[in-house]
Amino acid sequence: MQTPYIFNIQKFSTHDGPGIRTTFFFKGCPLQCMWCHNPESQKYEPEYMVAKDGKNELVGKQYSIKELVKKAQSDQIFFDRSGGGVTFSGGEVMTQEISYVEELAKQLKKIGISVLIDTCGIAPESNFKKLLPYVDGFLYDLKFLDSQQHCKFTGAQNQLALKNLQLISDSGGAIYLRLLLLKRINDDVPAMTNIISWLKDNHIKIKRVDLLPYHNFGRDKYTKLGRICTQNFEAPEKECLEDLKKLLEGAGYFVKIGG
Amino acid sequence: MKKMQRGSTERIKRLREISDHLSVPCVSMERAVLLTEAYKKYEGKVSAPLLRGLAFKHIMENRILYIEKGALIIGEKGHKPWAAPTFPELCCHSLEDFDNMNNREKVFFKVTEEDKKIQEEVIIPYWKDRALMTRMNAILPQAWHKLFQAGLFTEFLMQRGPGHTVADGKIYQKGYGELIKDIEAAIESLDYNNDLAALNKREELEGMKLVCEGMIIFGERYAAQARALAETETDPIWKKELLELAEVCDVVPKHAPETFRQAVQMYWFTHIGVTIEMNNWDAYSPGKLDQHLEPFYNQDIEEGRITREDAREILENLWIQFNNQPAPPKVGITLKESATYTDFCNINTGALRPDGTCGVSDVSYLILEVMDEMKLLQPSSNVQISQKTPENFLREAIKVSRKGWGQPAFYNSEAIIQELLYLGKSLDDARESGIASGCVETGTAGKEAYVLTGYLNIPKIFELVLNRGFDSYTKTQVGLDLGDPRDFSTYGEVYDAFYQQLKYVVDVKVAGNNVIERMYMDHMPVPLLSVITDDCIKSGVDYNAGGARYNTSYIQCVGIATIADSLAVIKKNVFEDGKLAMDQLLAACKANFEGYDEIYHIVHNETPKYGNDDDYADGILKSVADSLQSAIAGRKTPKGSKTVVEFLPTTCHVYFGQVMEASPNGRYAGTPLPDGISPEKGADRNGPTAVIKSASKLDQLKTGGALLNQKFSPAVVAGEDGITHMAALIRSYFALDGHHLQFNVIERETLLKAQQNPKEYENLIVRVAGYSDYFNNLDRALQDEIINRTEQVFA
Repeated sequence: MQTPYIFNIQKFSTHDGPGIRTTFFFKGCPLQCMWCHNPESQKYEPEYMVAKDGKNELVGKQYSIKELVKKAQSDQIFFDRSGGGVTFSGGEVMTQEISYVEELAKQLKKIGISVLIDTCGIAPESNFKKLLPYVDGFLYDLKFLDSQQHCKFTGAQNQLALKNLQLISDSGGAIYLRLLLLKRINDDVPAMTNIISWLKDNHIKIKRVDLLPYHNFGRDKYTKLGRICTQNFEAPEKECLEDLKKLLEGAGYFVKIGG
Repeated sequence: MKKMQRGSTERIKRLREISDHLSVPCVSMERAVLLTEAYKKYEGKVSAPLLRGLAFKHIMENRILYIEKGALIIGEKGHKPWAAPTFPELCCHSLEDFDNMNNREKVFFKVTEEDKKIQEEVIIPYWKDRALMTRMNAILPQAWHKLFQAGLFTEFLMQRGPGHTVADGKIYQKGYGELIKDIEAAIESLDYNNDLAALNKREELEGMKLVCEGMIIFGERYAAQARALAETETDPIWKKELLELAEVCDVVPKHAPETFRQAVQMYWFTHIGVTIEMNNWDAYSPGKLDQHLEPFYNQDIEEGRITREDAREILENLWIQFNNQPAPPKVGITLKESATYTDFCNINTGALRPDGTCGVSDVSYLILEVMDEMKLLQPSSNVQISQKTPENFLREAIKVSRKGWGQPAFYNSEAIIQELLYLGKSLDDARESGIASGCVETGTAGKEAYVLTGYLNIPKIFELVLNRGFDSYTKTQVGLDLGDPRDFSTYGEVYDAFYQQLKYVVDVKVAGNNVIERMYMDHMPVPLLSVITDDCIKSGVDYNAGGARYNTSYIQCVGIATIADSLAVIKKNVFEDGKLAMDQLLAACKANFEGYDEIYHIVHNETPKYGNDDDYADGILKSVADSLQSAIAGRKTPKGSKTVVEFLPTTCHVYFGQVMEASPNGRYAGTPLPDGISPEKGADRNGPTAVIKSASKLDQLKTGGALLNQKFSPAVVAGEDGITHMAALIRSYFALDGHHLQFNVIERETLLKAQQNPKEYENLIVRVAGYSDYFNNLDRALQDEIINRTEQVFA
């Protein structure tokens, strides 16, 4: 079994699902999103990054399942009182050694810690089937409905993402649909109307829609990794976000701006 | 951010304007002059309690009574708002002290030429050699003075008297007229055959009777003055209100209050009386004000006497009265350990009732609203949270708290009760009177003298070990020479040396405490405070002499995170991993880590640190806490107090840091220590939940209170989710037996801007340590310290 690398363990994580959470960020992603704010999450192997004190620091560490359970457990009291839990994020956790991820989720569930998975959906269907019994829901990052556009901005087609979304919904898994919004690229009403129709046509049940405006806080991480950041995106206007929120609410969804 | 006009009515806005802008902090000579007159007349002729009683009565008979137009609640400590009386019987200020108070930039008090003349001609000649501080300094041993000057500890009772006095419900049941009857009955029942202390008791009780008479005269004079003013007043509204004021003063403080307004006025007259009698450290506090006022409020509302808005206006006026009273002027090290105008009056809202049920009522919500509307430093406001507290009350309190000025702070009712039980108090008393006052101190309102005696600089004790007892700040041998630390061959030897040095410093401190406490017992009775503290009337013994039902003596330990992290560096890197030689580490500390980047990197980044829910560092902190307990706790004092460990700093963590070299954990020379049990700055890297977990490993139930301060950026606590997260943090910490939690919610940028343009940020209030203060009132070092405190910006 290949033990996955984890590049960050974030306690008091309050924007990756409900309540106070601990987020495990798994290293490695099938996509290369142009707006990615965690570029250190893309490669599956450890790599060096310049730390605060100017020294090179190896990013990516392996943990035994026991260690991760213990780390999660240390904050269980906060999860219990806030309706929180653990979030597996990435990178793309669903493309990691799935027996490891499955076992981790299983053990957390056993001790009463709720698990959410943050995913882009580009991962084998069988992996989702394995995780479904142990997780309380998915933070599902749908990048684009249009496969060509999806490919252009992330480097991969989106059929798998749509199929897995359908699978989760049909299996009764809770879905927090997360839509990253980029100014003049996907923040328009027609694009959102398309998403709504697709969800309705396919009877996808959504617990909440999170509208995530683009931010560029990750830019200097590229430099620290010795890469060049080519991002040239802007966040949508506030009014625009409000309009989209109203549109979604009109269609019967519970909407939140920000995670 | 311009100063807003706060207050829910025009009346309050005007009174607030007078309090905030039209009044200047100044010295009020009136008390000192009247006190001196009385002492000159009676000293040597009567016993100490009678002398104090006669002096108090003389002051109340002759002091200026201030009535501001429109006031609903009256009474000032000085001759006008923001005029602070002095207490020459404790500390007789020199003319240099007066100049210093007048000229200093922060926490100044204006002194006139006339004041200086009185001080020089009347006060100094009489009090110079009589003042308790002068006499103390002559008696305290050399070893004490050396450690005191080196900043190993401070002394609370040099310039201020024993305080920590919180009212319980008795002043709402009995007026001073009724209390005199109780005192007379106690005098009547004295048995001179079998009670060998009967005469002492009589003197004490007679003193108590005199102060009650003084309180009654105070009210009667106010009533008369209000009527006299009404005679000539041309404004018909104010004329009517003056007569109403007079009617209130006809009832209180001589009789028990009958209405909401009378109840508030009763408290306030008592507050003024207690704080004129003695410069109590921590003034006086109303305690569970919501519960004390609730029956009056309900009755007045039911009978249509007042509306909710009227009650609110009366409370807002009370808040202004608190704000009008700066803590009396301090000088020297006392000023450094408590560099603020704040007098640490603290109101406990939402606490449990005597029968153990939840005490949240409409008055509790009203107090939250007043707190929010008035946004004043004083009174310091907190809420007590128990498992029984409705979520709604907690959320409403968080809504006020997250506005960023640190009030209300959050206290754990269950922890307070267990702390009191641990110290031997009854469950009934713990429930009825369990409060936190001052900064975070646990006590039993109206039944206990719980006295702060001074701060202890824990990491400096370790610095003395490393320097073989030599203090580099005063360049004197002040501690024990326990050998060259380079020769220690195990971590156990290092720790033992720390414990020996700790024992030595605590022994010297406690010996000093015993001397000082005895001097207060013999020379400085406080009969008024005794009247309103159980069981002084019954026992005929003064509050300062052990007459209270419970007596506790706190030593407040500062910098526990610094010492824990420093020991972790030595344990891990010197003895376990061998990454550092002791010699190198000592050299790096001496050089303030300049030129020792590698060593700094190791101590700063490659050592477990307290505040990260890491058992290695947290375990060391626990062992230090255990050592403090065994060195300090449970010692008996002359009046029968028990000594108790506490973790709070006021502003002393800044002063203590200033007198220190760099610490082995990478804390630079001269920089502040962490406050309370907060982690060292920059040490906590895993967010607030990890800090809370670490802090809860300290057995707080065996302390008199521990302060934990957390700073958030506004984004983290925004929205309904933000409230939910804060509520969960509080509930979780309290489930883990945490005593106190407070939040600062202000962006770092805002503070930096405020430092650059103080004028534009006049009303920016920040939580310092157990209390809030105007950012502009803080000196630069403390401002920097607040800016540099870890900002919890996660997620």
